[in-house]
Amino acid sequence: MSEQEIDLKKRRLLTNATSVVGAVGVGFVAWPFLSTWSPSARAKAAGAPIDVDISKLENGQLVRILWRKKPVWIFKRDEKTLANLNSLDVELDDPNGSGNSKSQQPAYIGSSHRSIRPEIAVIVGVCTHLGCSPTYRPEVGAADLGGDRWKGGFYCPCHGSKFDLAGRVYEGAPAPTNLVIPPYHFVSDTLIRVGVSPDNKA
Amino acid sequence: MNNNKNWIDQRFPLTKVWNEHLAEYYAPRNFNFWYFFGSLAILVLVLQLITGIFLTMHYKPDTVNAFASVEYIMRDVNWGWLIRYMHSTGASAFFIVIYMHMYRGLLYGSYKAPRELLWVLGMVLYIALMAEAFMGYVLPWGQMSYWGAQVIISLFGSVPFIGPDLLVWILGDYSVGDPALNRFFSLHVIALPLILVVLVFLHLVALHYVGSNNPDGVEIKETKNDKGIPKDGIPFHPYYTVKDIVAVVVFLMLFSAILFYAPALNGYFLEAANFVEANPLKTPEHIAPLWYLTPFYTILRAIPPILGSQFPGVLAMFAALLILVALPWLDRSKVKSVRYRSWPFKVALGIFVVSFVSLGWLGMQPVISPEWYLSLASAIGIETETALYLLLARLFTVCYFGFFVLMPFYTSIGKTKQVPQRVTE
Amino acid sequence: MKKTINITALLIAVFISSTGFASSNVHLDAADTDISNKQSLQNGAKLFMNYCSGCHSLGLMRYNRFVEDLGIPEKAVANNLMFSGEKTGELIKSPISEKESANWFGATPPDLSLVSRYKGTDWIYTFLRSFYDDESKPYGVNNHIFESVAMPDILWKLREDSSEQEFNNEVRDIVNFLDYVGEPAKLIRGSIGTKVIGFLFILLILAYLLKREYWKDVKYGKWRVKN
Repeated sequence: MSEQEIDLKKRRLLTNATSVVGAVGVGFVAWPFLSTWSPSARAKAAGAPIDVDISKLENGQLVRILWRKKPVWIFKRDEKTLANLNSLDVELDDPNGSGNSKSQQPAYIGSSHRSIRPEIAVIVGVCTHLGCSPTYRPEVGAADLGGDRWKGGFYCPCHGSKFDLAGRVYEGAPAPTNLVIPPYHFVSDTLIRVGVSPDNKA
Repeated sequence: MNNNKNWIDQRFPLTKVWNEHLAEYYAPRNFNFWYFFGSLAILVLVLQLITGIFLTMHYKPDTVNAFASVEYIMRDVNWGWLIRYMHSTGASAFFIVIYMHMYRGLLYGSYKAPRELLWVLGMVLYIALMAEAFMGYVLPWGQMSYWGAQVIISLFGSVPFIGPDLLVWILGDYSVGDPALNRFFSLHVIALPLILVVLVFLHLVALHYVGSNNPDGVEIKETKNDKGIPKDGIPFHPYYTVKDIVAVVVFLMLFSAILFYAPALNGYFLEAANFVEANPLKTPEHIAPLWYLTPFYTILRAIPPILGSQFPGVLAMFAALLILVALPWLDRSKVKSVRYRSWPFKVALGIFVVSFVSLGWLGMQPVISPEWYLSLASAIGIETETALYLLLARLFTVCYFGFFVLMPFYTSIGKTKQVPQRVTE
Repeated sequence: MKKTINITALLIAVFISSTGFASSNVHLDAADTDISNKQSLQNGAKLFMNYCSGCHSLGLMRYNRFVEDLGIPEKAVANNLMFSGEKTGELIKSPISEKESANWFGATPPDLSLVSRYKGTDWIYTFLRSFYDDESKPYGVNNHIFESVAMPDILWKLREDSSEQEFNNEVRDIVNFLDYVGEPAKLIRGSIGTKVIGFLFILLILAYLLKREYWKDVKYGKWRVKN
């Protein structure tokens, strides 16, 4: 019996077809495995929004909550503090959030006080340098922080970064950007929900 | 592309290995259904390794969190349920494939010279696989995990003289608990998988060194053409690679059918009792290992305590495993394949299969006598103290050992058929 | 081939006969639940939260699964199925104290997240309908399939207010719900499986055609039998 001619074209076609379908199959199988890495229902539940009642919050008082395992500060600022915020531009790296620190706050927050309501500050208390939590130093004129030039703010003990009472970073600090403003909104006058922005995005 | 290939070939025997073991490895042309299971075994091993890796990313190996972490995977981890079911179905699939693979060896005498070492390596793999599966089953920390572990590990306590100390040493505690769970986790996740992979490599080296057997038991290397290629050989690649792909797809279809439609398979692949968290204070009504370990479990239970010790049963169980290793030396027939064997061998093999399957089935039953047996016995007027279970277990244990022990005898008698020089298609 | 047939027949026989050795079973009524019936599951969720969750937790289940799995809007879940002010992402815990309930009932009411997987739907269906009056017991009831059960006959009013068929349907819905809670993935794995096997079938056809094409070499081509 003579040898059959090999139909090379057919072989190539079949090999390619099978390989392509096989590769698609491998893709279908890989997808669930990769998905197992995205946050599980448990992680999402733990990262759920936190409701904070501020009805009893006094001027200058700072409340610390844990949201997604990070400290978030909520504190009240009086008229004088707000006025002081406007006088600090020269000391700050990015006073109006249009430079390096553009990404540190949501789009709906502008201005010097960096909050939905000027008198209530909501700030993620994690230093943008290497992650320590700065200390609350609201006393105006503190000697170790620059005397008369210090109008109150936060001082990070790890490497000396300074932030004002709107979380804006001082010029020359190791920290590169302003402190992050988390998504939040006012459910009512006295209830803040941290984790969800006013347009309902997490 | 060629340049890259040359660069590698000058530094690593890539093309050489490709040729020696795939494109120019000559396998017999007459491989049949029974020859799929080696490559399927590799497939399942890879499947278990990958799914195992991903399960380990979410599982917690301590007695407080283990059970809940498995349910966390089933419910909270995205697609976690799929990974878990792949792993549990894969474990049973592994043993189905391996039993078929071993049976092929019995059918065609694949363990006979010069493949004795190949068989021994395979047996070591089998034992390692059983240990791996046993420890894996403990990890979900359900009732069956805990009590199965308790029963099997306490067997080590029956070893004369050193038993009790050995038991405490294995457990790291006075009973199955956190230390045992944690060390089983380590052994199951890294130690045994490494050993399995190395053994598979050695198994393949041994196979390729002597060449594959075939359903006719003909040594194809004895008839070569003038180019030195066995006349009955064909290159493994592309012919068997392409044929094995078909087998892989069929296997995956059956595998998927079980995984997606009936992953627990009515308690055979995932036992109901294991959906209850381990409770040291409450023993389940009926403790049984998963189906793939049951033949040996039956042999263990068939032997009664002698002089108050469970050890004879333990010895019998291990003997049942080890005697399989001796197969190449027990078989005295010159003929390899069952196609040409004498009828005593065929009968013995048939009895062996029936015994092994029956032992397996018995291992899943409680040690009782069903109603019909008791009423039949009393109707005939027999007072029986021995449960039907034990009677059958002992009968089939004797048959099981008989297959091996009598083999030197029955493989030396009876008329064998003439083995052809060339393979039959 | 004969051997393969023999083995297969043997294995089938073994599977079928595996009932022969089963320990004496109480007769169980068939629950006949249909997990694809969303209405039944929703009703079961409501009944469970109202009658059972006071004592029995579903500690492996989160409330917000009811939204995507059962099609109940999140607000409805929060208003009708949650009673203790938790968040919807949380696990379903019972308000009862473990220690005290053990004192009151003699046993802590077990968590029911997995009851359908280790007891089976038939058992639960029969159990909930097998309570009978028994003066000698602390709560005045006993159960045909669970001797001296510590649980009171919690559905007695529902049973009194419904016809037998209505009651059976309500219980069936609870059982169906528990079946879903036992394995939420059950809702989707069947349909995914069909798609997977369908895809594999296409791949099988291609793989087989590829095999057949190459094996022409072995049958008639350069690797055919030569003497």
